Amino acid sequence: MKAKHQRLALVLIALLAIVGAGLLAAWTLRNQASYFYLPEQMAATPPEVGQAVRLGGMVQAGSIKTEANGVTVNFMVTGNTADAIPVRYSGILPDLFVEGSGVVAEGSLGPDGVFFATNLLAKHDENYVPRELEGMGTEEAAKMAADTTVGLK
Amino acid sequence: MIAEIGLAALWLAAALAVLQMVSGGFALRSVEGAPNPMAIYARPAAVVQAVLAVLAFILLLYAFAVTDLSIKLVATNSHSMKPMIYKLTGTWGNHEGSMLLWVGVLALSGGLLAAFEKRLPERTMGATLGVQGFVALGFYAFLLFSSNPFERLPVPAVEGVGLNPLLQDIGLAIHPPTLYAGYVGLSVAFSLAMGALLTKEVNPSFARVMRPWVLGAWVLLTFGITAGSYWAYYELGWGGWWFWDPVENASLMPWLAATALMHSVSVLAARDALRTWTIMLGVLAFSMSMLGTFLVRSGVLTSVHAFAVDPERGAFILGLLGLYIGGAFTIFALRAGAVAEGKRFAATSREGALVFNNVMLSAILAIVLLGTLYPLLTEAFDVRVSVGPPYFNPAAAIFAVPMFLVMAVGPLLRWKEDKPARIQFEMLLVAAVLIGVIALVSFFGQFPLLPMLGLGLAAALAVAAVLPLKGRKLTRVPSATWGMVLAHFGVAVSLFGMACEGAFTQERLAAVAPGGTEQVGDFAVTLQSVTPVAGPNWTAIEARLAVSQNGGEPVILSPQARNFWSPPQATSESALLTRWNGQLYAVIGNQAEDGRWQIRVWWKPFVTFIWYGGLLIALGGVLAIAGRVKVDVKRRKATAMGDARRADLEALGAAAPVPAE
Repeated sequence: MKAKHQRLALVLIALLAIVGAGLLAAWTLRNQASYFYLPEQMAATPPEVGQAVRLGGMVQAGSIKTEANGVTVNFMVTGNTADAIPVRYSGILPDLFVEGSGVVAEGSLGPDGVFFATNLLAKHDENYVPRELEGMGTEEAAKMAADTTVGLK
Repeated sequence: MIAEIGLAALWLAAALAVLQMVSGGFALRSVEGAPNPMAIYARPAAVVQAVLAVLAFILLLYAFAVTDLSIKLVATNSHSMKPMIYKLTGTWGNHEGSMLLWVGVLALSGGLLAAFEKRLPERTMGATLGVQGFVALGFYAFLLFSSNPFERLPVPAVEGVGLNPLLQDIGLAIHPPTLYAGYVGLSVAFSLAMGALLTKEVNPSFARVMRPWVLGAWVLLTFGITAGSYWAYYELGWGGWWFWDPVENASLMPWLAATALMHSVSVLAARDALRTWTIMLGVLAFSMSMLGTFLVRSGVLTSVHAFAVDPERGAFILGLLGLYIGGAFTIFALRAGAVAEGKRFAATSREGALVFNNVMLSAILAIVLLGTLYPLLTEAFDVRVSVGPPYFNPAAAIFAVPMFLVMAVGPLLRWKEDKPARIQFEMLLVAAVLIGVIALVSFFGQFPLLPMLGLGLAAALAVAAVLPLKGRKLTRVPSATWGMVLAHFGVAVSLFGMACEGAFTQERLAAVAPGGTEQVGDFAVTLQSVTPVAGPNWTAIEARLAVSQNGGEPVILSPQARNFWSPPQATSESALLTRWNGQLYAVIGNQAEDGRWQIRVWWKPFVTFIWYGGLLIALGGVLAIAGRVKVDVKRRKATAMGDARRADLEALGAAAPVPAE
């Protein structure tokens, strides 16, 4: 093999691997990136059961119920419409998690329509707002997401 | 006065960076053997610039130490009641201060290079210092025009705002400075690569100059990432050790590039192969450092929209990023063809294995980069997504697994060309360990695929790491080889910790009344009491947990839920019980209506090995540097002695009387 050819072969192999990585990344990202849903969107076009997504909205007043084991809570998350998604979470609640506060739940939808949260992001100080809700009132958020998130797969 | 002196020092340093850049540029125009008269200023300029930039940083440190509230930065980030150590570490716990630290380290490494590096040809050195000055100049401009750390308030503040409580931790004292030093060490590798490319001096002696900088930066990055991971683990209270958070990825990407660069520069130094590839990686590594700085410092991570609202800083760094990376790749594209072909090698050789792993590392880098930028990209189109472990873990593993396999056998291969049949026994041994461990683990229980693969690979790598020592006299093995063995063994140790954490972690979450007991693994955890406590700038509730292993003597753990009052914020302080074979991790949560307290306890077997492994890897790098320095010192001494002897002989020869007939 001539010197020039070896260099060419190396460049080709490297390019192939990088392009492969890029394609793999694109494919995995389509499947694994977790999209952000508002309650009304989740009610209208629910994600597949078990797919990792994020649900963001307000904790409905009077909906937080702690189960007898003391660590599992059930509550409803609402947006701008009457739609409310029941959420179930086992774990230590963020400090400022109260009724009426904004929350982003990471998790997936169960077969019974209950959203199983593995992690709750809520305000834990005065200034912190979950990234997805930043700079938006609920109405605005709903409008933005209605335009953009629906129909995504 | 302090602030004004600091600002003046920065301006002077910026002026010297211009001088360094211009003078370095003149070096390119000099004829071989006759140094350009304008080129002699680059070295002194770099040294003085380093002194001034470090002085500016020390002055800011002093302003924080005495809490000078007339300086805006101090007033917005410090508080007179804070403990001294956090006043000091708070200096770089904010945007302006950390950029000053960045620039200070950049100038310092440029100064060290100028003061101590005498092996390179003067032309290459001049070009290198010129590039270094050009890079520094951009960041001085950034500091002076858009993030002046010494800005005064018109009226001094009465009291400071305080520092984010999450950052009030000893982790902050070591984590960012180490990472920055690593980032910026790569700037020297970048400047050297550009200098060599501009003067067409891409050869083994250049690689030997570049290698300690790459190794040093890589050691610091390794250490910084390890420390950062442990810090996040105990400070955030979620029990995880790596979150694939964009800020973490920002430090991982330069590390991946630096790891590839370190191996490739070794090939260049030892074998004179992979010339252009090394240069490319040098550019890539520093590009990743700057990209990391941009991601963390521009506000783009909070929201693309936040970035668009206050674009000045972000746009400035983005501009610098485009200028340097674009410029570097343009020069690379124009000049790479002119770099002569290096020595050739067969596919089955040590070079071949290193190239394969270089490519795999680059692929992992691409995966991480795309995953980090994807949410920013979609957000620009108003689609909000988050990318987490379900993407990163499998996608990275697809390239990491073949990389680990090649890493096991690569060091056993000979340079240039080798027959795989020669290392048949070693390959079979490694394969047997790999398959044996996976079979054994899957026999005892059902575990996810990745942790199981990890356990098998960890065992195989641990065996493979020491195989290069087989049949060698241990006392005669060079330190650099020991460094490699240790670092590769460290990878195995770290992988073992990660796999064990993934496969065997046990968790218990319960609401417990005082006096109640919960069982997790071998441990019985009893909640004795919950009491309020107070610190210098926080109040907290503290649980007393009596933990006894297999009914043994109980140990008291006291996790806290803290409330800071300046700025107001709540944090969870985990309590850790470390055993040789793992850690018990406890946090306390809220109180339920019936008076019970939520506690969450994990038993994480061998989780500490993750960070022990990281430290071993860094230590391996230190050994390699020590080995190279030792060889260099020996060579310098030998040259000096040879010169002295020749001079003596000459003196003798001149004085010696002509022998009589």
